[in-house]
Parts: sequence; structure tokens; C-alpha cells
Amino acid sequence: MINVEDIYFTYPNGVEALKGVSLQITDGEFVAIMGQNGAGKTTLVKHFNGLLKPTRGRVLIDDIDTRHVSVATLARKVGFVFQNPDHQLFSETVEDEISFALKNFGFDEKTIKERVDWALNILDLTRYRKTSPFMLSGGERKRVALASVLAWDPKILILDEPTIGQDRNQKERLRQFILQMNHQGKTVVIVTHDIEFVAECEPRVILMSDGRIVADGSARNVLTNPDLIAKSWLLLPEITSVLLNLNNLGFPANVMDVYEARDLIIERLGWDRK
Amino acid sequence: MAIIETRNLTYTYPYADKPAFKDVTLRIERGEFILLTGPSGCGKTTLCRCFNGLIPHFYGGKLEGEITVAGLKTSEHPIHDLAQHVGLVFQNPENQLFALTIEKDVAFGLENLGLPRDEIRRRVDWALKVTGIYDLKDRAPFEVSGGQQQRVAIASVLAMRPEVIVLDEPTSFLDPLSAKKILEVINNLNKDLGITIILVEHRLDLAARYATRVIIMNEGQIILDGEPRKVFLESEAALIGVGIPKVVRLYMLLKRAGLNISNVPLSPEELSKSIMEAFTFDKC
Repeated sequence: MINVEDIYFTYPNGVEALKGVSLQITDGEFVAIMGQNGAGKTTLVKHFNGLLKPTRGRVLIDDIDTRHVSVATLARKVGFVFQNPDHQLFSETVEDEISFALKNFGFDEKTIKERVDWALNILDLTRYRKTSPFMLSGGERKRVALASVLAWDPKILILDEPTIGQDRNQKERLRQFILQMNHQGKTVVIVTHDIEFVAECEPRVILMSDGRIVADGSARNVLTNPDLIAKSWLLLPEITSVLLNLNNLGFPANVMDVYEARDLIIERLGWDRK
Repeated sequence: MAIIETRNLTYTYPYADKPAFKDVTLRIERGEFILLTGPSGCGKTTLCRCFNGLIPHFYGGKLEGEITVAGLKTSEHPIHDLAQHVGLVFQNPENQLFALTIEKDVAFGLENLGLPRDEIRRRVDWALKVTGIYDLKDRAPFEVSGGQQQRVAIASVLAMRPEVIVLDEPTSFLDPLSAKKILEVINNLNKDLGITIILVEHRLDLAARYATRVIIMNEGQIILDGEPRKVFLESEAALIGVGIPKVVRLYMLLKRAGLNISNVPLSPEELSKSIMEAFTFDKC
């Protein structure tokens, strides 16, 4: 359980990135934090693993106040995958990269091997086991970073912009993967401005703007609200836009899915024919 | 005359056991707006590195076949010569900016060319105005937003007055509205100034409407090449994992269900309009 109690955060250069944020994420939730560049999304989630400590207010992870424990202690519970994998990777081979944290956490050899094999397999990286992460493409390096965190099986998974540089099939695999993790009881928090990806995943959406939460609700309610979306420098999902333009034909304004849109249009056409 | 022409171009990175792309034969005319896409690892970024000579001059490796850019054989001309013809903009603007002010960043390439001072001033002002960041010229690049940083990167390249600008996923770090605005800037460079654009993108929903031609690569080869409205309908594109815009997918579903829609949409507005027409027609 993540409990954020009225936190403020000011960077050393004086920029106030969070201006009174309160929120609760319960175990097993799937949450997308959205908003424009500089809204405070990444600053907020860096509080979830203690990387940043609030200037005012407090953050509790399973009732542990992040101000009183080290990042290393929290890391066992909260896995954080950075936006830029190059801030995270350093080993000579993909395999070493993934086993590094496991060794630090003191797992035995056999468990380490099993976990590494599992993580390589689930993220389609087995063929790169002995390759240097720096020889891989941006999208592949992102998957290595994710594998290295997943390997130690944290209860809460935070992914900062996981879809950047991923092609359509990889995004679909990522979506399946997140849903699977979530189904197994993990809390998954993604920071993203990939509207179409969120529209397909349908998580709880928290919209941030200028260091504050401006909306918190289902993807369907938040992403199809034109005022909120415009204020947050996002764009409506494509399908929502299509039907919104057809408002005078009486189509609902909160549709994001292509199949749902098709059914509505066909049904309406059939009804018109009668 | 073609601005970029390759014949049987094949490239292998140093120590790699197979080529990154193979036998690419391609002719790009002046003034085209090319959207180059394909799954990760298909060779699109590597191909772009050939256009301004980074391959072979910087990366080494083995380049076979022929490539000419603005009439120059890239293997025979150093990168700084080629940079006056082809500008490259990267995914993450942070990797490209370094000066203390935006103005200095944009002037840097020109100073290296040894141009006279007032020519530099003229070109910098022009590039800042075209990209809409003239008012920010005295700010530090790292102080401004990601979208503005990407404009600085584009302005720096534009100031060199290249005939071709290659952009490798220039919007992926940006929020959607900033991304849309950057794509509009790029489109203006193409439509108003006639600069040839080669845009590498996974996110086709925002970019497709501006392109005059879509090239799709897979496993080191060009597999589809043509008008966006035709290419997106090819089943092969969807199969290999190209992110066909959702409006095109909805169009195909409606078509299959028997709705009579005239042309393939490249934006929500186009699809709304066609559906509206289909309804009106149906009532007549």
C-alpha cells in the first residue's frame, strides 16, 4: 500500500515540483500517472522508493515512512525502472546486469540462475544473454532494465515511460505482461504520456499538472474528458476524437476502443435504415 | 534529380555477424516527406546513419553498394561536408544540446564552418524564428521544456540550411501536444521551405497525415514503400508490428462491415467526415 500524505517537494535549484499531493494506491492496483513534461510525474514516483524524500508531508510504503529507511531497504519491495535505461545499466553482459541486484540481495546461486532465466525468457532477451547491453537498441535496453528489476520480484513495480522506443508488437507484449503481473497481485504504477497505450490498458488514471493532481479516475472517464486533456497538454484518444466529431449524430463521447466504436456505428446505421 | 540514392546498399557493424540491412535500393526525390518505420531492430536507424556519413566515417564497419547524397558519394566526403546537406535530429534532445544559451547552441555548427559573423547572426535568427523559439534565445537549453529543447535541436540543424533533415523518433520523449506541435514545425519545413524530410517514427497516428510516402523496413530490408493511404492497408504492415493508426483500423473494420467510406483516413477529422458522409448518403 502506497500512502502519500500532502507532500511538497522542492529541488535544490528552487523548482517546486510537487505542491501538495495526496493519494492512496492499494495493493494490486494498476495506475497510470499522466500529464505533460514537467508536471511532476517522475518526481512523484521517485518518492515511492525513497529516491526522493518529501520536503513536507510524508510517504508511507506498507506503513513504513520513506524518510526513515534507505533506498536499498525499500528497493526489495519497490522496483523502479527508469525512463532512460542508460541511467541504470552498467554491466558487461545482459546476464550480469540481471543477476547483479540478486547477488546484492543475497540470493543463492541456484535461485539467481532460475530468476535470470525466467526474466530473460519473459522479456524475450534470451538470445542476448552474453551480449553487452550497450550493443543493443534503445528498445532492447529498456527491456533489459525491466528484466533486471523484475528478477528480484518486487511487490510494487514502477515503470517510468515504459513504451518509449517500443514498436507495436513490443507494446502489446508489454501490455500483456503488465496485466499478467497485475493479475498476480503486483501493484503496477506506470508514468507515461502514451495515450493510446493507456486507452488499451484501461488502468486507474491520475492526471497531474503543475505539481498537483488534477484528476483521478478510470481511464474511460479521464482520457475522454476534452477539458482535462487539453489542460494537461495531452490529446484525446484517436477513436474518442472520431466519435466526438460525430456528436450531433448522437454518439457517446467516452469511447476509446476501435471495436466498440465499430459496433456503435454499425448499430446506428442499421437503426437509421429501419 | 534524386537527393538520396542508394543501390544494393548493405552494411555490417564492426564485429557483427550479419548485416544490419541488406541490398537496400532506394531513390528519394527532393521535397518528399518520408515516414520510415518498422519494428525495433529492423535497420531503420542504421540506414539513416548512412545518409549523413556517420556510417562509415564514425561507426566503421563494412559498407557495400552505392550511396550518393546531394550528388556526393558519402564515403568520399567527411561528415562536416555532408552536414551542410543533411541534418540529423535525435530522439533525446538532451544528447544534442550543450551550450549555455539556446542562441549559442544554434550558432555552434555555423561557427565551425567559419562563416562571417553577420551571416551567422542572420541564419541563427531565421532558424529560431522558423522553429518558434526566438523569444527563448537567451535561455539555457536545459531550462526549457522537452518540446522546446527538441525545437532547439531542429533549429541547430536548420541553421546549416540542409537540403535534407533526418529525424530519428524526435517526439518520443515529448507529451502528445508538444509532439503534435513539433510535427507541425517539421511539416512546415517540408511544405514551406521544400526541405526533404526523413522521419523515423513508431507512432504513426500523429505523423502519417504529413507524409507523402511511407517506407516500412523489416529485418534489414524494405518491404513496403508507397503512399500512406495504400501502405497502411497492406496486411503485411500490421503483421510485422507496425503501429497502424487507430483511425485506419476503424476504417478497415467499418469497410469490412459494409459501410461505404470513400478514402483511407489519416486523421480523426478525416474519418469523422467520411462517416458523416456515409450516413447522409444512406439517408438519401
